[in-house]
Amino acid sequence: MENTSKDYSHIKGWGIDADPKNDPTYPMRKRGNETHAGYTWERPPLQPENMEVLHSNERPNVTAVFGTSMPPKGLSGMIRRYAFQYGEGSFGHWLPLLVADRVNVVEGIVEDLKSGHVPNIFAERGMKAQWKYDRKGLLQGIAVAAAVTTAAVLLLNRRSED
Amino acid sequence: MLAMTYRGPQRVRIENKPMPEILHPQDAIVRVTRSCICGSDLHLYNGNVPDTRVGETFGHEFIGVVEEIGTDVHNLKVGDQVIVPFNIACGKCTFCKQELYGNCHEANPQATAVGGIFGYSHIAGGYNGGQAEYVRVPYADVGPMVIPSGMHPDDAVLLTDVVPTGYQAAEMGGIQKGDTVVVFGAGPVGIMAAKSAWLFGAGRVIVFDQEEYRLDFVRKFAQCEAYNFRSIEDPVVFMKKTTDSLGADVCIDAVGAEAAGSKLQTITGRKTLLQAGSATALQWAVNSVKKGGVVSIVGVYGPTLNLVPLGNIVNKGLTIRANQASVKRLLPKMIEHVQNGVFSPRELITHHIPLEEISDAYRIFSDKLDNCIKPVLIPPSARV
Ligand SMILES: [Zn+2]
Ligand SMILES: [Zn+2]
Repeated sequence: MENTSKDYSHIKGWGIDADPKNDPTYPMRKRGNETHAGYTWERPPLQPENMEVLHSNERPNVTAVFGTSMPPKGLSGMIRRYAFQYGEGSFGHWLPLLVADRVNVVEGIVEDLKSGHVPNIFAERGMKAQWKYDRKGLLQGIAVAAAVTTAAVLLLNRRSED
Repeated sequence: MLAMTYRGPQRVRIENKPMPEILHPQDAIVRVTRSCICGSDLHLYNGNVPDTRVGETFGHEFIGVVEEIGTDVHNLKVGDQVIVPFNIACGKCTFCKQELYGNCHEANPQATAVGGIFGYSHIAGGYNGGQAEYVRVPYADVGPMVIPSGMHPDDAVLLTDVVPTGYQAAEMGGIQKGDTVVVFGAGPVGIMAAKSAWLFGAGRVIVFDQEEYRLDFVRKFAQCEAYNFRSIEDPVVFMKKTTDSLGADVCIDAVGAEAAGSKLQTITGRKTLLQAGSATALQWAVNSVKKGGVVSIVGVYGPTLNLVPLGNIVNKGLTIRANQASVKRLLPKMIEHVQNGVFSPRELITHHIPLEEISDAYRIFSDKLDNCIKPVLIPPSARV
């Protein structure tokens, strides 16, 4: 088995940050007794809450700042509100959130169409780049998708004939 | 302004969005000059992170110019060029006081386990990210640091996440002189972890990955041994054999939720999302580290359960350390290493892509096309 030499001088910076006291408990050593006081620090000024912000049921309130990118709305928003009744570690919390994400994708397409924009799925999926660098992969993907669609159509047709 | 938006799994596009506004006295608005796509963005891109909402803008790795500041910002002024750490941190809470800036308790209402992160779904606070022309930066006095004059912007942008995260992976390993260190994953963070291991005095550094071009890259960049786990029957047995049957002193998981290499983990963790990601790299790390050794995790996993080899962790008396990098704590040292030529992070950047071509950029990075290691996005307003 190959092994490196014991001379590391060719590696720039070898050992410069070596510190025998850097044992794996390092950041925890920074903890002082005041950290046992609990949720008592002086909070920063609070961002005005002029939109709906969901918060974890493991904390009493919203944080001093928060993002405002996409407030919950529509059906996906209702599912998200439901999810936030459950703790961060439970299936009740994150499975509904994943379901809400999928519902949200459909809502996004409806929203696009309503505003007169037909989403260019080909471009959004970056297929121009795939065509350039991975033509075989792209063609295989399309072939598989076509086969699955054909099979589904055949299956549905047969069902409706029954 | 132009911004990337998420439309659904593997569907992103560039859109016109309203300019971000000051919403809090400690906010700043930053005009982005460089932003990156990160390996952890791919979890969002693939629709695997719960509460990723249609219309969100991703991007937690960016640098830029301060355009506007709130009434309570004192350390920055308009026109400053800044490095913005990926974590949003208040500087006041009990965790920030311990320099655990990735664990701030005043930046993410939606969860307590993870702090606030730019452009990383609502599970990390619902902030819009930097894959855009402008971005709102909360707690602007705490996180951002002025870029030292003369520093190349491609070096600076990698100090927002990749460099400190790789470095902290090695630091958390508590590497002692002469230690054998194994890094699972030769993405940008794994590459930086391997490079950093030497700074703590490692005696041997080994990297595993499945992409030949990444293995070639890491061998050159980090002067380490690198092996393709696809051509090795069992990476754990391989590691034992190459370490006198004892195992490595320190193992680093720089892969996280989308690990390949185990069918069971792939099906349960990546395809059906029944666990918080495929924990293959973590399994290998736990099983190939020496008894009494340290496992250091910086790979990103989802919030809930995982098929973790807990029995072996207990039986082996392991120390497991893991966290999001505390970028602000490490920035001064990282800047020093770049200035002294110990690190040259910009060598990781293989692609400069206009922000407008975001969909193709994601495809190239996600499918590892064109030997891509790290893509950087340049907004039109930064190109004139
Ligand atoms: Zn990142
Ligand atoms: Zn804080």
